[in-house]
Amino acid sequence: MLEVSGVSKSFGGLKAVDSASLDVRSGEIVALIGPNGAGKTTLFATLAGFHKPDAGRIVFANRDITGEPPHRICAAGMVRTFQITQPFARINVRENLMVGAYLRVQDRGESRRRAESAAAQVGMAGQLDRLGADLTVAGRKRLELARALATGPSLLLLDEVMAGLNPTEIGEIVEVVRAIRASGITILLTEHVMQAVMSLADRVYVLNQGRMIAEGTPAEIAGNPAVVEAYLGHGAAGVLRA
Amino acid sequence: MLDPGILFAGVLNGLMAGGIYVLVAVGLTLIYGVLHIINFAHGSLLMLAMYAVFFLWRLSGLDPYAALPIVIGAAFAFGYLLYRLVIGRLSHGRDENILLITLGISIVIDNVALLLFGGNTQTVETPYASSFVQLGDAFLPLPKIISFVASLFICAVLGLFLARSDTGKAIRAVARERQGARLVGIDVDNIFALSYGIGIACLGAAACLLMPTYYVTPSSGHAFVLVAFTIVVLGGMGSFAGAAVGGLIIGVVESLGGLVLGEQLGQIGISAIFILILLLKPSGLFGARQ
Amino acid sequence: MRRQDVLLALALAAAIVLPLVAPGYLVEVSMLVFFLAFIGQSWNISGGFAGQTSFGHAVFFGTGAYTSTILQITFGWNAWLAWPAGAIAGAIVGWIIAVLSFRAGLRGSYFALITLAFAEAFRILANSVSFTHAGLGMLIKADPRPANFQFRDPIWFYYLALALCIVSLLIAWQLTRDRFGARLVAVRENEDAARALGIDVFAEKVKALTLSGAIAAAGGTFYAQKYLYIDPNIAFGVDKSIEMLLVTMVGGAGTIFGPLLGALALTGINEATRALASVVPALKNVQPLSLIVYGVMLILIVGRLPDGLARLFHRVQRHA
Repeated sequence: MLEVSGVSKSFGGLKAVDSASLDVRSGEIVALIGPNGAGKTTLFATLAGFHKPDAGRIVFANRDITGEPPHRICAAGMVRTFQITQPFARINVRENLMVGAYLRVQDRGESRRRAESAAAQVGMAGQLDRLGADLTVAGRKRLELARALATGPSLLLLDEVMAGLNPTEIGEIVEVVRAIRASGITILLTEHVMQAVMSLADRVYVLNQGRMIAEGTPAEIAGNPAVVEAYLGHGAAGVLRA
Repeated sequence: MLDPGILFAGVLNGLMAGGIYVLVAVGLTLIYGVLHIINFAHGSLLMLAMYAVFFLWRLSGLDPYAALPIVIGAAFAFGYLLYRLVIGRLSHGRDENILLITLGISIVIDNVALLLFGGNTQTVETPYASSFVQLGDAFLPLPKIISFVASLFICAVLGLFLARSDTGKAIRAVARERQGARLVGIDVDNIFALSYGIGIACLGAAACLLMPTYYVTPSSGHAFVLVAFTIVVLGGMGSFAGAAVGGLIIGVVESLGGLVLGEQLGQIGISAIFILILLLKPSGLFGARQ
Repeated sequence: MRRQDVLLALALAAAIVLPLVAPGYLVEVSMLVFFLAFIGQSWNISGGFAGQTSFGHAVFFGTGAYTSTILQITFGWNAWLAWPAGAIAGAIVGWIIAVLSFRAGLRGSYFALITLAFAEAFRILANSVSFTHAGLGMLIKADPRPANFQFRDPIWFYYLALALCIVSLLIAWQLTRDRFGARLVAVRENEDAARALGIDVFAEKVKALTLSGAIAAAGGTFYAQKYLYIDPNIAFGVDKSIEMLLVTMVGGAGTIFGPLLGALALTGINEATRALASVVPALKNVQPLSLIVYGVMLILIVGRLPDGLARLFHRVQRHA
């Protein structure tokens, strides 16, 4: 469904993403992990059209979308959430979600139905009348997720959707994400919360300093020395083995 | 097209006027650089300062140039208090809100002036007002030359103050990195008020330098606001060099515009430059990328 | 029926009946309120709903006024045809300014300032060009027949202003209920999030400003027909821009009734200061005093009560 080939993105002199490639097949949950500053969010933002890649190609649903603006990519079915949540502060949850739903429908009633359905999917049915500004961190994360769902995506890009949540909330979100996949939506997510990644992902990519350094199943990745070193520093793999 | 002698005179006159515009623009760009406020009240405050110079002259015969220390001091105090009591208290959140608040202030000041002073234009008459200095084909009014030199001098003093003094360094620190400045113990709120005060003090100085050759009326604020903003945007928000260069350029443009297009249409040069800069290079000549 | 609907119906009935029972002066003042609410609503669409603060909305108002006036005087058009032509001209100007400004990525304060510059440029042009009779302004020949969009009895201007006000309220109401309005609000609240949800932010802003321009221009024509005289300052002056902004910000930007509430408040203050002036002879020229109050209100409302007066009346209605 999604083929990313050799995408690079620099800011000033800094190469944030260096020739990264990944693919996501329909129905999968793929995780992108890596230490802080690895370039995960930049890569996501580039995939979603917020940055133009300096090099490389992005093909989504057999169409080359490289360099297209965010709203067209969203309309094509690839929708992102934001790591730092971006609620529409002065309108309520229902209205927030309806903005998403309006992508595919024009009718207010239908938009409202889809909004409420998306809210139910993430467990926010009881908060529909709360203002965006009044939500807790967990609420905002769910709002991000529900809003993306309301647009009727085929591929969700979830950017650290579990950051800032406590273990209970994480557990809930994991179930929600599973249910979303079960409903037929493909998912590419980045995370720092390892147990969530390991339990959810079919495959994992590891990004370090802008470069893809590993790819495989969660088990393969966990045992990969290069990955350990990326997180713990040079020589750590050897130390751990010893 | 135009007689080169007339053009020459136009350019020189424009430079003289521009020199004072620099002072106005420096205040505006300082306020933006430090507080990130677009001070829409800048023109109205200049108008108020000009009335202050006028009334000082009218009531005590004090020459505008001699009034410089008084008006600068009073303007500083007024600006400081205005920030402390109004702007500082009410500005939180989006920068449009602050713009609207300064708009509100300008509305109040403009209309208080209208209410108290009426709609007449007022001028100051000085004994040397009709003295001219001849430079080639150009006859330059003496006050304009004095004002030009004085303006440059004041800008230089201000520049030195910002570069060398402790307060000046603190101001530059806050402009560059607000949180960091706070962390090293700088009283940021005080610096804000001080900077705003200095920005208005510049207006006080400009008022003294303008009154010998200009007139003032309650709507002068409107006229100066766009000029000031055009200079600052042309030069780059927050850039002193930009304000200096921009001020001179705009002074010349205004002067030549009036010569070539006539008194009425000539004014359009400023709006046109403003629009073009914003559309083509919003960061201006010397400004940092937004 | 809900209580609010009953109140609205009563207010409407009162407004319709007013000219039949009230003195001419009150009718005139009320007409101004409705007119102000109408042009305020134009600002509300781009500034309140879409969140693009404009300091130069007079550019649209003046475009409408001059277009319809020139069409009448210079080209002999019928006023009723010149009216929509003026509105279209306003829409075009709105479109041009929007495309230029938003393509250049101007937002927030920069956008506010460039609209001011456009209004000023138009004012200077109108003041210098013979096509608009320069500084003399333009006089529409008084021939008070309905066919000319001129009425001998001011009652007709009152009802027309009331109708325009109602139309503008309906437009605002529609914006709180449809996709376009929802998208404008999304753009206002968070452009990046809006983009990520498939909204073409640039296109929506342009649409908002185009619609806003058309409405303001329609107001300009109304003004010209009522007073039969326009000049560059009346049409494009900063005062007019500020008036449109003030009325909405004070009443409540982004709400349906905000501009109307603001118009009521501002007109009320105006009348109060006028009454004060008749009692206190020292206050010769009253106009500045009411503007001083407006300015203070703007400061207080932006600083303390960002939702404007609308919040005082009821929990700000946001229909979903």
